[in-house]
Amino acid sequence: MAGTEETRKPVLEMVQAEGTDEGCVTFVLHDEDHTLGNSLRYMVMKNPDVEFCGYSITHPSESKINFRIQTRGGLPAVEPFRKGLNDLTEVCQYVLDTFEARVKEFSDREAAMD
Amino acid sequence: MAAPMRNVDEIRNRVILGEFGVKNVHSTDFPGNYPEYDDTWNQKKFQKNFRIDIIQMDENSMEFDMVGIDAAIANAFRRILLAEVPTMAVEKVFIYNNTSIIQDEILAHRLGLIPIKADPRLFEYRNADDEEGTEIDTIQLQLKVKCTRNPRASKDSSDPSELYINHMVYSRDMKWLRPGQELDIVMHCVKGIGKDHAKFSPVATASYRLLPEITLLQPVKGEMAERLKRCFSPGVIELESIEGMIHV
Repeated sequence: MAGTEETRKPVLEMVQAEGTDEGCVTFVLHDEDHTLGNSLRYMVMKNPDVEFCGYSITHPSESKINFRIQTRGGLPAVEPFRKGLNDLTEVCQYVLDTFEARVKEFSDREAAMD
Repeated sequence: MAAPMRNVDEIRNRVILGEFGVKNVHSTDFPGNYPEYDDTWNQKKFQKNFRIDIIQMDENSMEFDMVGIDAAIANAFRRILLAEVPTMAVEKVFIYNNTSIIQDEILAHRLGLIPIKADPRLFEYRNADDEEGTEIDTIQLQLKVKCTRNPRASKDSSDPSELYINHMVYSRDMKWLRPGQELDIVMHCVKGIGKDHAKFSPVATASYRLLPEITLLQPVKGEMAERLKRCFSPGVIELESIEGMIHV
């Protein structure tokens, strides 16, 4: 294979339109689809500082999504993005912990009944 | 104003199946939509309301309820289960001798779909340019079967299990080896994810649905109540006897 520079693709790019402040940014995420897009959109929309949040798949044969955030009051858009990602991580961690605990409890109960 | 509040609650919490379509599908509980509700994300409130109840679990399938989580995140879990949990499956098949009636590529395709019971966490992914495979990323399997006539069978029997030895390979109802045919195959199994090829998907299927809530608009009595109860799984409808007549 040729040199490693060509094979490394960026995971995330930021695109900002001319003349707008930092509050309106479109993030381009590579190698992602509805799995991350919809769940992250939900978490970012739960943030009261966000005026608009949406994602779209640019073309179904390319696996990249455009994720746009517009904030109220000029807050830089990376803030709700970062908060949404952290919140999503927290939720998934909590779901995993609860699930493991319940599975263990269920199998202990099954073993005790036999 | 109790009636509009109930309406708002219904819009926020319930998906309604109408006769011609499904209503209230999108979640609208975002901050700012409803003036009386504070919908900002609150991890503590989520943790308080969230619970998981396991309904049934055995070696091959599992059913559980998740209460207090939005469909967006539940769907993300479902998609990850289907496409991004890694498993081991046969990837490269080296065929040294195949004189059966199954073509090489069909045989290789079918071998790829066989589930391999190996823990993918103990293996690494194989690099794209690695031809040979090392211990850390590959399992090597061999299949060597030759079908011969069974010399001990009686003269008139037509049951293939008695007539031939080794005429069925691996799967119970495929009888496609006859005397004189043999297979000699070496297979490499690697770790992969479902997004790459569906054979790497660890689940037969993973699905979710919203918990149904059934509201009966009119009282149902008597014999109709018995028939209604039989329509559903046991436990969904309960009958109680009031004034001698059975009600739902």
